[in-house]
Amino acid sequence: MASKDAHVGRRQVLECMAWAGTGALWTISGGTPHALGLLGQARAETAAPFTFLQISDSHIGFDKAANPDALATLRETIAKVRAMPARPAFMIHTGDITHLSRASEFDQADAAIREAGLETFYVPGEHDVIDEGRGRSYLDRYGKNAKGAGWYSFDAGGAHFVGLVNVVDLEAGGLGKLGPEQLAWIENDLRGQSASTPIVVFAHIPLWTIYEPWGWGTDDGLRALSLLNRFGSVTVLNGHIHQIVQKTEGHMTFHTARSTAFPQPAPGAAPSPGPMVVASDKLRDYLGLTRVDVARVDSPVAIVDATLAGKA
Amino acid sequence: MRALSRRTLLGWLGFAAWPMRAARGAPREVSVSIQNFAFAPARTQIPAGARVIWTNEDDAPHLVVASKGAFRSSALDTGDTFQFVFREPGSYDYFCALHPHMQGVVTVTAEAGRGAETGDH
Ligand SMILES: [Cu+2]
Repeated sequence: MASKDAHVGRRQVLECMAWAGTGALWTISGGTPHALGLLGQARAETAAPFTFLQISDSHIGFDKAANPDALATLRETIAKVRAMPARPAFMIHTGDITHLSRASEFDQADAAIREAGLETFYVPGEHDVIDEGRGRSYLDRYGKNAKGAGWYSFDAGGAHFVGLVNVVDLEAGGLGKLGPEQLAWIENDLRGQSASTPIVVFAHIPLWTIYEPWGWGTDDGLRALSLLNRFGSVTVLNGHIHQIVQKTEGHMTFHTARSTAFPQPAPGAAPSPGPMVVASDKLRDYLGLTRVDVARVDSPVAIVDATLAGKA
Repeated sequence: MRALSRRTLLGWLGFAAWPMRAARGAPREVSVSIQNFAFAPARTQIPAGARVIWTNEDDAPHLVVASKGAFRSSALDTGDTFQFVFREPGSYDYFCALHPHMQGVVTVTAEAGRGAETGDH
Protein backbone atom coordinates (compact mmCIF):
# COMPACT_ATOMS: atom_id res chain seq x y z
CA MET A 1 0.00 0.00 0.00
CA ALA A 2 1.60 3.30 1.08
CA SER A 3 5.36 3.65 0.97
CA LYS A 4 7.34 4.30 4.13
CA ASP A 5 7.88 7.91 3.15
CA ALA A 6 4.18 8.45 2.65
CA HIS A 7 3.57 7.05 6.13
CA VAL A 8 5.93 9.50 7.77
CA GLY A 9 4.45 12.45 5.92
CA ARG A 10 0.94 11.37 6.74
CA ARG A 11 1.72 10.99 10.42
CA GLN A 12 3.34 14.37 10.66
CA VAL A 13 0.36 16.03 9.05
CA LEU A 14 -2.06 14.23 11.32
CA GLU A 15 -0.12 15.01 14.47
CA CYS A 16 -0.18 18.63 13.48
CA MET A 17 -3.92 18.51 12.86
CA ALA A 18 -4.54 16.64 16.10
CA TRP A 19 -2.73 19.35 18.01
CA ALA A 20 -4.72 22.08 16.30
CA GLY A 21 -7.94 20.20 16.78
CA THR A 22 -7.75 19.11 20.37
CA GLY A 23 -6.17 22.10 21.99
CA ALA A 24 -7.82 25.16 20.64
CA LEU A 25 -11.18 26.64 21.33
CA TRP A 26 -12.44 28.75 18.47
CA THR A 27 -15.11 31.34 18.80
CA ILE A 28 -16.85 33.59 16.38
CA SER A 29 -17.62 37.15 17.28
CA GLY A 30 -17.89 40.09 14.97
CA GLY A 31 -16.93 37.83 12.10
CA THR A 32 -13.39 37.25 13.36
CA PRO A 33 -12.28 33.95 14.77
CA HIS A 34 -10.27 34.02 17.97
CA ALA A 35 -8.46 31.16 19.57
CA LEU A 36 -9.28 31.65 23.22
CA GLY A 37 -6.85 29.17 24.65
CA LEU A 38 -6.44 25.57 25.59
CA LEU A 39 -9.22 23.28 26.58
CA GLY A 40 -8.71 23.64 30.33
CA GLN A 41 -8.75 27.44 30.27
CA ALA A 42 -11.68 27.48 27.92
CA ARG A 43 -13.75 25.37 30.28
CA ALA A 44 -13.06 27.80 33.06
CA GLU A 45 -13.93 30.84 30.94
CA THR A 46 -17.06 29.55 29.31
CA ALA A 47 -20.20 29.51 31.37
CA ALA A 48 -22.34 27.93 28.71
CA PRO A 49 -26.03 27.60 29.45
CA PHE A 50 -26.48 25.39 26.41
CA THR A 51 -24.16 22.63 25.28
CA PHE A 52 -24.66 19.86 22.78
CA LEU A 53 -22.38 17.10 21.56
CA GLN A 54 -21.45 15.75 18.17
CA ILE A 55 -20.38 12.17 17.56
CA SER A 56 -19.74 10.78 14.11
CA ASP A 57 -18.74 7.83 11.98
CA SER A 58 -19.27 5.06 14.51
CA HIS A 59 -19.19 2.47 11.68
CA ILE A 60 -20.71 -0.28 13.81
CA GLY A 61 -19.89 -3.56 12.07
CA PHE A 62 -16.38 -2.50 11.07
CA ASP A 63 -13.87 -5.08 12.31
CA LYS A 64 -10.77 -4.62 10.15
CA ALA A 65 -7.19 -3.86 11.21
CA ALA A 66 -7.80 -0.14 11.70
CA ASN A 67 -10.12 -1.03 14.62
CA PRO A 68 -11.19 -4.63 15.21
CA ASP A 69 -13.97 -3.49 17.59
CA ALA A 70 -15.78 -0.33 16.53
CA LEU A 71 -18.55 -1.05 19.04
CA ALA A 72 -16.08 -0.94 21.93
CA THR A 73 -14.78 2.50 20.98
CA LEU A 74 -18.33 3.81 20.53
CA ARG A 75 -19.09 2.56 24.03
CA GLU A 76 -15.97 4.30 25.33
CA THR A 77 -17.18 7.51 23.68
CA ILE A 78 -20.55 7.19 25.36
CA ALA A 79 -18.87 6.51 28.70
CA LYS A 80 -17.05 9.83 28.25
CA VAL A 81 -20.38 11.52 27.62
CA ARG A 82 -21.82 10.03 30.79
CA ALA A 83 -18.81 11.20 32.77
CA MET A 84 -19.20 14.84 31.74
CA PRO A 85 -19.72 17.05 34.77
CA ALA A 86 -22.33 19.18 32.99
CA ARG A 87 -25.08 17.33 31.20
CA PRO A 88 -25.32 18.33 27.53
CA ALA A 89 -28.74 19.23 26.13
CA PHE A 90 -28.61 16.59 23.40
CA MET A 91 -26.35 14.88 20.93
CA ILE A 92 -26.09 14.86 17.15
CA HIS A 93 -24.66 11.95 15.16
CA THR A 94 -23.36 13.05 11.77
CA GLY A 95 -23.70 9.71 10.02
CA ASP A 96 -22.05 6.43 9.20
CA ILE A 97 -23.74 5.05 12.25
CA THR A 98 -23.23 1.61 10.73
CA HIS A 99 -20.67 0.18 8.34
CA LEU A 100 -23.02 -1.79 6.07
CA SER A 101 -26.57 -0.63 6.94
CA ARG A 102 -27.36 -3.99 8.52
CA ALA A 103 -30.24 -4.19 11.01
CA SER A 104 -27.96 -5.80 13.59
CA GLU A 105 -25.49 -2.92 13.22
CA PHE A 106 -28.22 -0.30 13.71
CA ASP A 107 -29.44 -2.29 16.75
CA GLN A 108 -26.00 -2.34 18.35
CA ALA A 109 -25.44 1.35 17.67
CA ASP A 110 -28.84 2.22 19.14
CA ALA A 111 -28.20 0.21 22.27
CA ALA A 112 -24.76 1.78 22.81
CA ILE A 113 -25.88 5.36 22.13
CA ARG A 114 -28.98 5.02 24.29
CA GLU A 115 -26.64 4.56 27.27
CA ALA A 116 -25.79 8.27 27.02
CA GLY A 117 -29.30 9.07 28.15
CA LEU A 118 -29.42 11.99 25.74
CA GLU A 119 -31.84 12.74 22.97
CA THR A 120 -29.88 12.11 19.76
CA PHE A 121 -30.46 13.63 16.33
CA TYR A 122 -29.12 11.77 13.32
CA VAL A 123 -28.29 12.35 9.69
CA PRO A 124 -27.28 9.40 7.50
CA GLY A 125 -23.85 8.70 6.08
CA GLU A 126 -23.40 6.83 2.82
CA HIS A 127 -22.77 3.65 4.83
CA ASP A 128 -26.25 3.95 6.37
CA VAL A 129 -28.14 3.86 3.06
CA ILE A 130 -26.68 0.79 1.34
CA ASP A 131 -29.42 -1.64 2.36
CA GLU A 132 -31.48 -3.17 -0.43
CA GLY A 133 -34.07 -0.42 0.09
CA ARG A 134 -31.37 2.26 -0.41
CA GLY A 135 -31.99 4.04 2.86
CA ARG A 136 -35.32 2.49 3.86
CA SER A 137 -33.81 0.92 7.00
CA TYR A 138 -32.38 4.26 8.08
CA LEU A 139 -35.64 6.14 7.47
CA ASP A 140 -37.70 3.50 9.27
CA ARG A 141 -35.57 4.07 12.36
CA TYR A 142 -34.65 7.74 12.28
CA GLY A 143 -36.82 9.42 9.68
CA LYS A 144 -40.17 9.64 11.43
CA ASN A 145 -40.17 13.44 11.57
CA ALA A 146 -37.99 13.96 8.53
CA LYS A 147 -38.59 14.97 4.93
CA GLY A 148 -37.25 13.33 1.79
CA ALA A 149 -34.20 11.18 2.44
CA GLY A 150 -34.11 12.29 6.07
CA TRP A 151 -33.64 16.05 6.37
CA TYR A 152 -35.32 18.15 9.10
CA SER A 153 -34.85 21.12 11.38
CA PHE A 154 -35.55 21.97 14.98
CA ASP A 155 -35.01 24.78 17.48
CA ALA A 156 -33.06 24.45 20.70
CA GLY A 157 -31.42 26.87 23.11
CA GLY A 158 -32.24 29.86 20.90
CA ALA A 159 -30.48 28.33 17.89
CA HIS A 160 -31.97 26.80 14.76
CA PHE A 161 -30.63 23.37 13.80
CA VAL A 162 -30.81 22.00 10.26
CA GLY A 163 -29.97 18.33 9.59
CA LEU A 164 -29.18 17.64 5.93
CA VAL A 165 -28.67 14.54 3.77
CA ASN A 166 -25.94 14.63 1.12
CA VAL A 167 -25.29 10.90 0.67
CA VAL A 168 -28.10 9.61 -1.55
CA ASP A 169 -28.41 9.33 -5.35
CA LEU A 170 -24.78 10.31 -5.82
CA GLU A 171 -23.73 10.77 -9.42
CA ALA A 172 -20.73 9.31 -11.24
CA GLY A 173 -17.69 11.53 -10.83
CA GLY A 174 -19.50 13.77 -8.36
CA LEU A 175 -19.19 14.63 -4.69
CA GLY A 176 -21.86 14.64 -2.02
CA LYS A 177 -25.22 15.96 -3.20
CA LEU A 178 -28.17 17.72 -1.56
CA GLY A 179 -30.37 17.89 -4.65
CA PRO A 180 -32.93 20.49 -5.75
CA GLU A 181 -35.77 19.21 -3.56
CA GLN A 182 -33.70 19.53 -0.39
CA LEU A 183 -32.29 22.92 -1.42
CA ALA A 184 -35.83 24.23 -1.96
CA TRP A 185 -36.78 22.90 1.46
CA ILE A 186 -33.78 24.61 3.10
CA GLU A 187 -34.69 27.93 1.51
CA ASN A 188 -38.23 27.61 2.77
CA ASP A 189 -37.14 26.42 6.21
CA LEU A 190 -34.82 29.40 6.73
CA ARG A 191 -37.30 31.96 5.47
CA GLY A 192 -38.94 32.41 8.86
CA GLN A 193 -35.69 32.68 10.82
CA SER A 194 -34.33 35.98 12.08
CA ALA A 195 -30.81 36.88 10.89
CA SER A 196 -29.72 37.07 14.53
CA THR A 197 -30.64 33.45 15.24
CA PRO A 198 -27.54 31.23 15.40
CA ILE A 199 -27.83 28.53 12.74
CA VAL A 200 -26.26 25.13 13.15
CA VAL A 201 -26.20 23.00 10.00
CA PHE A 202 -25.11 19.39 10.18
CA ALA A 203 -24.64 16.77 7.49
CA HIS A 204 -22.38 13.78 6.91
CA ILE A 205 -20.14 14.78 4.01
CA PRO A 206 -18.49 18.20 4.40
CA LEU A 207 -20.63 20.87 2.76
CA TRP A 208 -17.51 22.66 1.54
CA THR A 209 -14.82 21.07 -0.59
CA ILE A 210 -11.96 19.74 1.51
CA TYR A 211 -10.35 17.44 -1.05
CA GLU A 212 -12.05 16.85 -4.38
CA PRO A 213 -9.93 13.88 -5.60
CA TRP A 214 -11.26 11.85 -2.66
CA GLY A 215 -14.80 13.13 -3.00
CA TRP A 216 -14.55 15.13 0.23
CA GLY A 217 -17.04 17.83 -0.53
CA THR A 218 -20.61 18.48 -1.69
CA ASP A 219 -21.34 19.48 -5.27
CA ASP A 220 -24.23 21.80 -4.42
CA GLY A 221 -22.97 22.65 -0.92
CA LEU A 222 -22.25 26.26 -1.91
CA ARG A 223 -25.88 26.70 -2.89
CA ALA A 224 -26.93 25.72 0.62
CA LEU A 225 -24.29 27.99 2.15
CA SER A 226 -25.42 30.92 0.02
CA LEU A 227 -28.85 30.60 1.65
CA LEU A 228 -27.11 31.09 5.00
CA ASN A 229 -25.23 34.27 4.09
CA ARG A 230 -27.62 36.63 5.82
CA PHE A 231 -27.28 35.00 9.23
CA GLY A 232 -24.92 36.44 11.82
CA SER A 233 -23.72 33.11 13.16
CA VAL A 234 -23.57 29.92 11.11
CA THR A 235 -21.90 26.72 12.31
CA VAL A 236 -21.47 23.85 9.84
CA LEU A 237 -20.74 20.48 11.45
CA ASN A 238 -19.76 17.47 9.34
CA GLY A 239 -18.18 14.02 9.61
CA HIS A 240 -17.13 11.58 6.88
CA ILE A 241 -13.41 12.33 6.83
CA HIS A 242 -12.64 10.97 10.32
CA GLN A 243 -10.40 13.87 11.33
CA ILE A 244 -10.71 17.46 12.38
CA VAL A 245 -10.58 20.13 9.73
CA GLN A 246 -11.86 23.56 10.56
CA LYS A 247 -12.01 27.00 9.09
CA THR A 248 -13.89 30.22 9.58
CA GLU A 249 -15.13 32.43 6.77
CA GLY A 250 -16.97 35.57 7.72
CA HIS A 251 -19.81 34.52 9.99
CA MET A 252 -19.47 30.85 9.12
CA THR A 253 -17.52 28.29 11.07
CA PHE A 254 -16.84 24.92 9.46
CA HIS A 255 -15.78 21.94 11.48
CA THR A 256 -15.48 18.21 10.85
CA ALA A 257 -15.48 15.74 13.72
CA ARG A 258 -13.34 12.76 14.51
CA SER A 259 -14.76 9.28 14.10
CA THR A 260 -15.43 7.03 17.07
CA ALA A 261 -14.21 4.06 15.00
CA PHE A 262 -11.03 4.62 12.96
CA PRO A 263 -8.95 7.43 11.49
CA GLN A 264 -8.45 8.24 7.80
CA PRO A 265 -5.37 9.77 6.20
CA ALA A 266 -5.01 13.52 5.89
CA PRO A 267 -6.12 14.79 2.46
CA GLY A 268 -3.69 13.57 -0.19
CA ALA A 269 -1.33 12.02 2.36
CA ALA A 270 -2.01 8.45 1.14
CA PRO A 271 -2.86 6.81 -2.20
CA SER A 272 -6.53 6.77 -1.22
CA PRO A 273 -8.93 7.55 1.61
CA GLY A 274 -10.13 4.70 3.79
CA PRO A 275 -9.42 3.15 7.18
CA MET A 276 -5.93 4.08 8.37
CA VAL A 277 -4.06 1.65 10.58
CA VAL A 278 -2.20 3.24 13.48
CA ALA A 279 -0.47 1.55 16.42
CA SER A 280 -3.18 0.11 18.65
CA ASP A 281 -1.97 2.09 21.66
CA LYS A 282 -2.31 5.26 19.57
CA LEU A 283 -5.78 4.59 18.14
CA ARG A 284 -7.60 6.52 20.86
CA ASP A 285 -5.57 9.63 20.04
CA TYR A 286 -7.37 9.67 16.69
CA LEU A 287 -10.91 8.99 17.92
CA GLY A 288 -13.17 11.30 19.81
CA LEU A 289 -16.18 13.54 20.14
CA THR A 290 -17.00 17.22 19.82
CA ARG A 291 -18.66 19.59 22.26
CA VAL A 292 -20.39 22.76 21.11
CA ASP A 293 -21.35 25.55 23.47
CA VAL A 294 -24.01 27.98 22.35
CA ALA A 295 -23.83 30.70 24.95
CA ARG A 296 -26.84 32.69 23.85
CA VAL A 297 -28.21 34.45 20.82
CA ASP A 298 -25.58 36.63 19.10
CA SER A 299 -22.70 35.41 21.19
CA PRO A 300 -19.90 33.05 20.21
CA VAL A 301 -20.39 29.39 19.50
CA ALA A 302 -17.47 27.43 20.93
CA ILE A 303 -16.34 24.12 19.51
CA VAL A 304 -14.14 21.87 21.62
CA ASP A 305 -12.83 18.47 20.55
CA ALA A 306 -11.75 15.72 22.88
CA THR A 307 -10.04 12.44 22.02
CA LEU A 308 -10.88 9.08 23.55
CA ALA A 309 -7.36 9.07 24.95
CA GLY A 310 -8.41 12.13 26.89
CA LYS A 311 -5.54 14.32 25.77
CA ALA A 312 -6.44 17.95 25.33
CA MET B 1 -24.36 -22.91 -30.32
CA ARG B 2 -22.14 -20.44 -28.47
CA ALA B 3 -19.97 -23.26 -27.19
CA LEU B 4 -19.66 -24.70 -30.70
CA SER B 5 -18.43 -21.47 -32.30
CA ARG B 6 -15.98 -20.98 -29.48
CA ARG B 7 -14.57 -24.45 -30.00
CA THR B 8 -14.12 -23.71 -33.69
CA LEU B 9 -12.33 -20.48 -32.92
CA LEU B 10 -10.21 -22.27 -30.41
CA GLY B 11 -8.75 -24.48 -33.03
CA TRP B 12 -8.05 -21.48 -35.21
CA LEU B 13 -6.33 -19.36 -32.55
CA GLY B 14 -4.43 -22.15 -30.91
CA PHE B 15 -5.24 -23.73 -27.58
CA ALA B 16 -2.46 -22.08 -25.55
CA ALA B 17 -3.86 -18.59 -25.92
CA TRP B 18 -7.10 -19.57 -24.20
CA PRO B 19 -7.71 -19.96 -20.50
CA MET B 20 -9.00 -23.24 -19.13
CA ARG B 21 -12.44 -21.75 -18.63
CA ALA B 22 -12.83 -21.12 -22.31
CA ALA B 23 -11.63 -24.59 -23.10
CA ARG B 24 -14.43 -25.95 -20.92
CA GLY B 25 -16.92 -23.87 -22.88
CA ALA B 26 -17.85 -21.48 -20.07
CA PRO B 27 -18.28 -17.74 -20.80
CA ARG B 28 -15.12 -15.65 -20.87
CA GLU B 29 -14.30 -13.99 -17.59
CA VAL B 30 -12.40 -10.81 -16.86
CA SER B 31 -11.47 -9.70 -13.36
CA VAL B 32 -11.52 -6.14 -12.09
CA SER B 33 -9.98 -5.47 -8.72
CA ILE B 34 -11.25 -2.72 -6.44
CA GLN B 35 -8.32 -1.41 -4.45
CA ASN B 36 -7.22 1.91 -3.01
CA PHE B 37 -10.61 3.33 -3.88
CA ALA B 38 -10.15 2.69 -7.59
CA PHE B 39 -11.18 0.12 -10.20
CA ALA B 40 -8.16 -1.72 -11.59
CA PRO B 41 -8.15 -1.71 -14.50
CA ALA B 42 -10.56 1.18 -14.92
CA ARG B 43 -11.06 0.36 -18.63
CA THR B 44 -12.00 -3.15 -19.66
CA GLN B 45 -12.76 -4.43 -23.16
CA ILE B 46 -14.57 -7.73 -23.60
CA PRO B 47 -16.48 -9.62 -26.28
CA ALA B 48 -20.26 -9.87 -25.97
CA GLY B 49 -21.27 -12.69 -23.67
CA ALA B 50 -18.24 -12.33 -21.41
CA ARG B 51 -18.45 -11.94 -17.67
CA VAL B 52 -16.77 -9.28 -15.56
CA ILE B 53 -16.05 -10.12 -11.93
CA TRP B 54 -15.31 -7.28 -9.53
CA THR B 55 -13.54 -8.13 -6.26
CA ASN B 56 -13.32 -5.64 -3.41
CA GLU B 57 -9.82 -5.76 -1.96
CA ASP B 58 -10.20 -2.64 0.19
CA ASP B 59 -10.94 -2.42 3.91
CA ALA B 60 -13.93 -0.28 2.97
CA PRO B 61 -17.13 -1.35 1.23
CA HIS B 62 -17.84 -0.37 -2.37
CA LEU B 63 -20.86 -0.62 -4.62
CA VAL B 64 -20.58 -1.14 -8.38
CA VAL B 65 -23.30 0.68 -10.32
CA ALA B 66 -23.80 1.19 -14.06
CA SER B 67 -24.45 4.86 -14.77
CA LYS B 68 -27.35 3.97 -17.07
CA GLY B 69 -28.72 1.25 -14.81
CA ALA B 70 -27.65 -1.98 -16.58
CA PHE B 71 -26.33 -3.41 -13.31
CA ARG B 72 -26.03 -2.60 -9.63
CA SER B 73 -24.21 -4.65 -7.02
CA SER B 74 -25.16 -4.80 -3.38
CA ALA B 75 -22.66 -3.34 -0.91
CA LEU B 76 -19.42 -5.28 -1.35
CA ASP B 77 -17.52 -5.78 1.87
CA THR B 78 -13.85 -6.76 1.87
CA GLY B 79 -13.38 -9.86 -0.29
CA ASP B 80 -16.89 -9.79 -1.72
CA THR B 81 -17.37 -10.15 -5.47
CA PHE B 82 -19.96 -8.98 -7.97
CA GLN B 83 -20.29 -10.34 -11.46
CA PHE B 84 -22.23 -9.37 -14.52
CA VAL B 85 -22.46 -10.98 -17.98
CA PHE B 86 -22.46 -8.41 -20.78
CA ARG B 87 -24.64 -9.73 -23.61
CA GLU B 88 -25.21 -6.46 -25.47
CA PRO B 89 -22.33 -4.70 -27.23
CA GLY B 90 -21.75 -1.12 -26.16
CA SER B 91 -19.99 1.08 -23.67
CA TYR B 92 -20.95 0.69 -20.02
CA ASP B 93 -19.82 3.49 -17.72
CA TYR B 94 -19.94 2.56 -14.07
CA PHE B 95 -18.99 4.04 -10.71
CA CYS B 96 -19.09 3.37 -6.99
CA ALA B 97 -22.35 4.57 -5.45
CA LEU B 98 -20.55 5.09 -2.13
CA HIS B 99 -17.52 6.89 -3.57
CA PRO B 100 -18.64 8.33 -6.90
CA HIS B 101 -15.17 9.62 -7.76
CA MET B 102 -14.39 5.93 -8.44
CA GLN B 103 -15.24 5.36 -12.10
CA GLY B 104 -14.72 2.69 -14.74
CA VAL B 105 -15.95 1.60 -18.16
CA VAL B 106 -16.59 -1.78 -19.76
CA THR B 107 -16.52 -1.79 -23.55
CA VAL B 108 -18.33 -4.76 -25.05
CA THR B 109 -17.47 -5.58 -28.66
CA ALA B 110 -19.80 -7.41 -31.02
CA GLU B 111 -17.20 -9.89 -32.25
CA ALA B 112 -17.66 -12.67 -29.74
CA GLY B 113 -14.43 -14.55 -29.28
CA ARG B 114 -12.03 -11.74 -30.05
CA GLY B 115 -9.49 -11.42 -27.26
CA ALA B 116 -10.23 -9.20 -24.32
CA GLU B 117 -7.86 -6.30 -23.74
CA THR B 118 -7.49 -7.08 -20.07
CA GLY B 119 -7.86 -10.82 -20.39
CA ASP B 120 -5.23 -13.29 -21.46
CA HIS B 121 -3.20 -11.44 -24.08
CU1 LIG C 1 -16.48 2.96 -3.14
